[in-house]
Amino acid sequence: MIKKESIFQIISQIPDPEIPVINIQELGILRDVEVQDDEVIVDITPTYSGCPAMKQIEDDIVSLLKENGVEKVKVNMVYSPAWTTDWLTEEAKEKLRKYGIAPPGKTTVDKSAITGKPKNLKCPRCGSTHVQMVSQFGSTACKALYKCLDCQEPFDYFKCI
Amino acid sequence: MNKQEALFKYILRLADNDLILGHRVSEWTGHGPMLEEDLALANIALDLIGNANSLYQYAVKVEGKGRTEDDLAYMRGERDFYNTLLAEHPNGDYACTMVRQFFTDAFYIHYYEDLKSSADATLAALAAKALKEVNYHLRHSSSWIERFGDGTEESHMRAQNAINELWRYTEELFDMNEVDAILIKEKIAVDLAPVKAKWEKTVNDVLVRSTLEKPQNVWQQRGSRDGKHTEHLGYLLAEMQHLHRAIPGANW
Repeated sequence: MIKKESIFQIISQIPDPEIPVINIQELGILRDVEVQDDEVIVDITPTYSGCPAMKQIEDDIVSLLKENGVEKVKVNMVYSPAWTTDWLTEEAKEKLRKYGIAPPGKTTVDKSAITGKPKNLKCPRCGSTHVQMVSQFGSTACKALYKCLDCQEPFDYFKCI
Repeated sequence: MNKQEALFKYILRLADNDLILGHRVSEWTGHGPMLEEDLALANIALDLIGNANSLYQYAVKVEGKGRTEDDLAYMRGERDFYNTLLAEHPNGDYACTMVRQFFTDAFYIHYYEDLKSSADATLAALAAKALKEVNYHLRHSSSWIERFGDGTEESHMRAQNAINELWRYTEELFDMNEVDAILIKEKIAVDLAPVKAKWEKTVNDVLVRSTLEKPQNVWQQRGSRDGKHTEHLGYLLAEMQHLHRAIPGANW
């Protein structure tokens, strides 16, 4: 008998393919696991509609579960409720900061990020709030590009959505 | 036409618009005027094509004839596509690309806001998701309209030319037909009349801020709701579908 909790435990360890310091559970992509007889159904939700990492995550889930003796795996894409950065745990945000990515603000009610003036945005390297947006669109769909006007380093900001 | 057929056509209309516009925008990848814009457009194209993919997956489920999302994207001819004439318009210069994007984003921002409360749970969920992304797209495109309009003489002229060129495709965005009538009754589709009023306000506000003029009394070109397109779509499809048709089932 496969236990839901142990399956969740196993796959929650899968790192995000693009930001490997956090795993898919911390990122809020892994939504639910269901066990029906010998089949495991995993619900995941995409961060952005076109996030190319989703296919990779799906493959990772299937192959990791196979390694753990689960043959029948179905990965469901769920779209509602839509993914939000509010689902990132505080722990995950701290990991992002250490990795050099400024984490998103606490609440998506703060729409100031879209105007390029997110509140409390600090340079992940020197902690300065003296920062400037370079581009709303960064190296991946979930990030924007900033630079620090004090330490002069460019950095990624995890967009608040 | 029954409800299921109407829903299939309605989803296709949305999916086609995202796919065709996404493909157009992706043509800039590697050719952007600067690195940040290259990244921005690649990101926007990805959002659009990703959303198209989800919509096509839903469309084939609704249709229930065993087709796949790839069949819909790659195996239909131009008369079976329902994207707007605006979406298929060639990129032109950067002003033209940004005006096309701005007109579209200004439509989506109000359209998705309403579609979010659709009685169809899948469409409502996809609308909520897309709306978050369109917020960023609109911010990006409208800020370029402002910079072009209120920029140099050259950039102002190019933006105004693009607006004049593309204005003839804007009223079609709000055309409704039998499909809409059936689905509005079921509270699935969005009534486009109020969306049009909101679109006009958004566009007008940005144009005024950008010192650009709204064209008056322009002949409006339409037809995409019936699969009638400008000559540009055929060329786009030929390029986009060529590989899939030349080597059926190609995989990598």
